[in-house]
Amino acid sequence: LTGLANLMQDVLWCFSQVKGTIDVGVAEADIISTVEFNHSGELLATGDKGGRVVIFQREQESKNQPHRRGEYNVYSTFQSHEPEFDYLKSLEIEEKINKIRWLPQQNAAYFLLSTNDKTVKLWKVSERDKRPEGYNLKDEDGRLRDPSMITVLRVPVLRPMDLMVEATPRRVFANAHTYHINSISVNSDYETYMSADDLRINLWNFEITNQSFNIVDIKPANMEELTEVITAAEFHPHHCNTFVYSSSKGTIRLCDMRAAALCDRHAKFFEEPEDPSNRSFFSEIISSISDVKFSHSGRFIMTRDYLTIKVWDLNMENRPIETYQVHDYLRSKLCSLYENDCIFDKFECVWNGSDSVIMTGSYNNFFRMFDRNTKRDVTLEASRENSKPRAVLKPRKVCVGGKRRKDEISVDSLDFGKKILHTAWHPAENIIAVAATNNLYIFQDKVN
Amino acid sequence: QEMEDKVISPEKVEEAKLKARYPHLGQKPGGSDFLRKRLQKGQKYFDSGDYNMAKAKMKNKQLPTATPDKTEVTGDHIPTPQDLPQRKPSLVASKLAG
Repeated sequence: LTGLANLMQDVLWCFSQVKGTIDVGVAEADIISTVEFNHSGELLATGDKGGRVVIFQREQESKNQPHRRGEYNVYSTFQSHEPEFDYLKSLEIEEKINKIRWLPQQNAAYFLLSTNDKTVKLWKVSERDKRPEGYNLKDEDGRLRDPSMITVLRVPVLRPMDLMVEATPRRVFANAHTYHINSISVNSDYETYMSADDLRINLWNFEITNQSFNIVDIKPANMEELTEVITAAEFHPHHCNTFVYSSSKGTIRLCDMRAAALCDRHAKFFEEPEDPSNRSFFSEIISSISDVKFSHSGRFIMTRDYLTIKVWDLNMENRPIETYQVHDYLRSKLCSLYENDCIFDKFECVWNGSDSVIMTGSYNNFFRMFDRNTKRDVTLEASRENSKPRAVLKPRKVCVGGKRRKDEISVDSLDFGKKILHTAWHPAENIIAVAATNNLYIFQDKVN
Repeated sequence: QEMEDKVISPEKVEEAKLKARYPHLGQKPGGSDFLRKRLQKGQKYFDSGDYNMAKAKMKNKQLPTATPDKTEVTGDHIPTPQDLPQRKPSLVASKLAG
């Protein structure tokens, strides 16, 4: 079913829902900083700069309304991280949630990892729909009963109650990162996970919070010699010994944990050769990889740098097999993008369930999809104007110069304050979640 | 003699613009200084007192002023939970959950 629907010309994306408020001035805490579906797609989690996590659950599809696919409604929300102060360095530690990663579901409860710059937490989200009633020593309000008044012994029974969803922190993995955590990744063994900061990567066991193994360390002995930092890292989806990490110099290293305890020597090194005559002041900055993702198949990796998305075959290190231009028109705007810091924006990228389509965000609340098979691409917009239920999204086009057609927008009119850095794709269906600053948009393909 | 058509890449044009505006810009943009600045992100305070005062200022802006009903309990007796002013929830729920 998904194979047919993945051809770009057959997929019409429609507005489904939008979460969040329309504020004239957006509070910094409300800015969404991460979005992630769980493995079944039943749950969708968001994290924000205020350290809060909101989990949406897909409602059961109603037989009465077959044209309406299950909608996502709030399931649970909690404060994951709070601002802290590093007394040693006199630096504030932001509560912003950098990443959320779900664990595969193994029982009735849901588990996720959430991280800020310094601390990773394992959260358990579980439902309670029964409560015990008829205690002997306390009454229904919890007040202790006078023991001398108790003459009969009874067995408490479980009675149904209104559904309550509780989130509890089960593990706190702290004090293992000197630098800022940019990635977390759950291993396919479901026993370990990794956390990566600018210079180091640590391996954790879910059960053990007071120890972690350092598996990558690129800190030079002399910080003056620092030339690159780690920007993202991820475990292979099936091989629990393999992971990749990307760098600010546009390279990717694949490491095998069986080779050595400290994976400072890569097993594979992915780098695209650069024409030295093309080199400019901006070259290294725009080649910095902001996100790296394995395909679901585990055969490819996708990397996002400032202007492009590249797909690499794990078996070919010397160049990517595919390169997609996200917004090449920005090449002639690099000077002002450097001055307003936009050139340092970290865009993420995602695969669809069958690895046939990839998606990433851009500016002006635009996001882009590339079909790897048909080589077609489309630009869509997340905006309140296109938010009528089931309204089909119209493709957008940026005009580079010269004559601007009626529906096009010129590069100079793009709103660089409206950036889509975080998106997510349902693991099996054509449902996507797009974070536009403080709003979360959910789009689905048109159901015939 | 052949004249070569030289097309200057848009990147090099942008670089020239930047260098014109900031002539003292470092030779190695991706090098040490730039990276080290990245490693130390986050606002620096003088000390924890400075930090707590800055946080208190922000909170006062957001929340209404505390009611003066609860008189201070000092000296006479050991305060009980009922005597202490109610702790205001310092963190607001996400608007996505609204």
